[in-house]
Amino acid sequence: MEFRETTLADGLEIVAECNDRAYATGLAFFVNTGARDESDELSGVSHFLEHMAFKGTPRRSADDVNRELDEIGSHSNAFTSEERTVYYATVLPEYQDRAVDLLSDIMRPSLREEDFSTEKQVIIEEIYKYDDSPPFGAHEKCMETHFGSHPLGRNILGTIESVSGLTPKGMQTYFEHRYSPSNMTLVAAGRVDFDRLVEEVNRWCGQWQDFATERNVGPAESHTGFELITKDKAVQQYVVQIARGPHSTDPARYAARLLATVLADDSGSRFYWDLVETGRAEYAAMGTHEFQGAGIFMTYLCCEPQLAADNLQRIHVLLAKAQSKGVTAAELLQAQNKICAQIVLASERSSHRLFSVGGAWTQQREYRTVKEGVDAYRAVTLNDLHAILEEYPLTDNTTVAVGPLEQFANHA
Amino acid sequence: MSQIVHTHRFENGLVLLAEPMDWLESAAFTFLLPAGCSRDPAEKLGLGNFVCEMAQRGAGGRSSREFVDALENLGVDRASGVSNTHASYAGAMPAANLDDALAIYADLLRRAELPAGQFNEALQVCLQEVRAAEDDPAQKVMQQLRLQHVGEPWGRSSQGTELTLVEIEMDDIRRQYDLTYRPGDTILSVAGNIDWPRVQVIVEHLLGDWEPLDAEPVTEAVTRDRYLHLPHDSSQTHVAVAYDSVPYGHREYYQARGAVGVLSDGMSSRLFTEIRERRGLCYTVYATMHSTRDRGAVLCYAGTSTDRAQQTLDVMLAELQRLAQGIEPDELDRLKARVKSSLIMQQESSRGRSASIAADWYYLERVQTLEELSRIIDELTCDTINEHLAQNAPREFTVVTLGKQELEVPLGVS
Repeated sequence: MEFRETTLADGLEIVAECNDRAYATGLAFFVNTGARDESDELSGVSHFLEHMAFKGTPRRSADDVNRELDEIGSHSNAFTSEERTVYYATVLPEYQDRAVDLLSDIMRPSLREEDFSTEKQVIIEEIYKYDDSPPFGAHEKCMETHFGSHPLGRNILGTIESVSGLTPKGMQTYFEHRYSPSNMTLVAAGRVDFDRLVEEVNRWCGQWQDFATERNVGPAESHTGFELITKDKAVQQYVVQIARGPHSTDPARYAARLLATVLADDSGSRFYWDLVETGRAEYAAMGTHEFQGAGIFMTYLCCEPQLAADNLQRIHVLLAKAQSKGVTAAELLQAQNKICAQIVLASERSSHRLFSVGGAWTQQREYRTVKEGVDAYRAVTLNDLHAILEEYPLTDNTTVAVGPLEQFANHA
Repeated sequence: MSQIVHTHRFENGLVLLAEPMDWLESAAFTFLLPAGCSRDPAEKLGLGNFVCEMAQRGAGGRSSREFVDALENLGVDRASGVSNTHASYAGAMPAANLDDALAIYADLLRRAELPAGQFNEALQVCLQEVRAAEDDPAQKVMQQLRLQHVGEPWGRSSQGTELTLVEIEMDDIRRQYDLTYRPGDTILSVAGNIDWPRVQVIVEHLLGDWEPLDAEPVTEAVTRDRYLHLPHDSSQTHVAVAYDSVPYGHREYYQARGAVGVLSDGMSSRLFTEIRERRGLCYTVYATMHSTRDRGAVLCYAGTSTDRAQQTLDVMLAELQRLAQGIEPDELDRLKARVKSSLIMQQESSRGRSASIAADWYYLERVQTLEELSRIIDELTCDTINEHLAQNAPREFTVVTLGKQELEVPLGVS
């Protein structure tokens, strides 16, 4: 296992974890752009652009892109988050060159008018699909309320109105402000021929024009509050709750994740024993999410409507108790055992390792071996968890509930 | 791809399969028990799922909490579920912990506490699951499609309904556990960094004296409604279509699978291209094979907005009918590339291999090696697939839609 990195003359970084024993080669472009980089008029453009990347380039039609990705037997896709857009393909090692050619090419898409109109319909269908699926917009609404006017509160998909208003020209301008080679990283993991990789990436991407990109990374002022949205056709009640947490380069993020596991993992946690195992809730768990300059603890609850108020009160009591009494050494050890085993299991697949290596490099500017990842969690102490509880009071949160309830006991 | 799969059948009927993968640090196991929901009494649907929930609430003298804590401290990433045919329990973990994990699961299979004091909690868990599924239209329409097309009991959903779940009593749980958690027809597969002789000894010790019991056959009933619309106030209309095919293990299975691959595998597949890419009608569209031991079907899905649902159904049916005219060589080449890369990549996953070999044994009573599968894929030709399609053209469709408006299903198609 060897870590290699280099930067091309135009500013594009290439990083790779080369593992001769792997069966597959994972490749991805991590672009530092997402919903937080949008304006109101451009809401949803990062995600729409991610779709448009597959709709053709000066060298390839949309059909060519899809056909060639299948010809090399790739497992490929892309996703957009609040702060990055990732395009990836996992292939057999013999297809490394062709995968590099394809992924590099779609990073310079044509954004043709006709493709744009057709794909807009697909995006609108995607928005409708999420409208019909739990938690029926509670996640987006809670992010928006928690972050207020901070760009991390922006909706990734955008709305029917904002997406309908997007134009190829507006998207092209956005592209020209975000897809600079120095704002992108080519990440590889698994069986990688690194020298060949650099040569080929340089061939396709070495001439890209570099330009400066900016991002608003100002501090997030988090808000608290409660909102109930009545959706009478829903059968269950869905609740999303967000509290402040450590940001993506804060070393406390390991302790935060362990704390969330102790308190509210989907199995074996305090939430699990009080809410799920007892049948009070269908699902109740909390996870951590880290962004540049801000982080959150996000809780998700799904239960029968008449139990929702009581369950939310129970969650409050569990969190308050953790804040006043802390957690135990046995709980911490169990969370460490669980997370460390998961890291080892995930590391065996090149397709998973790709995201660990890429995430650590683009968020923290560091490479961690699997062992270093495990050691970071093992090194966390009870004091570290208690410091998190002190610094980030989980009972100070923003709550959004969606479901058939017209009013919520204990809340106006 | 050098691969060995060891097999051993114990006297009580339990089959043990093992695939050593010494390049991994992990090991994984899968138990498939003949305790699927096809064995639920009609008035107590959801019983198998309820038993699965109760069985994990303590075993071998451990309480529910001790059971979960022990597995989590061993780093076992767990999964459990009930299909039509099986109750399954699976886990993946650091290889050194496999023996201890198997010992805990042997307790679950043979000495579950089934604590009566937790009956109501477990019932609530099952009821919550049923209610949550009501809010997922894509899942709901496919559950209904399986029931309409495949019929009872192989097309039923394992969750049961609120009405049938409340009919279940503690005695039913004990009886069903006693009847169906038995070694005959049970498969245990392990894969990963394992030592075969050692695994054999451990499993013999844990499960070798597990007592068998003959299972009763299930009653089948096919009740097909060609078109069913479920009214639902949703943004999208969810369109589901099924037609008959051949089951896994059939001599023409890979021809049928190849044809479905051309329809749905990858971004250049026909359904994705014609419905999503060319017309922008949907975000999600797919077709998949469904198989019992002696029957196969193809199930298709697309979710689209109400005013475009008719067009989506029309295009989907047209594509299914066009399939009978045959596939092209370049489509087959792409499919082969995708399948081969999946086969090779499975070697990075002990969990994936453990699940695959267990399923193979259920359908075929043997395990196909990756070399064998690779050869089968190499030997597929357009001629063999087209011949299969000529004899088994997609027709006699079952259609289920869920949304604001009923659709027109063309005569002569359904």
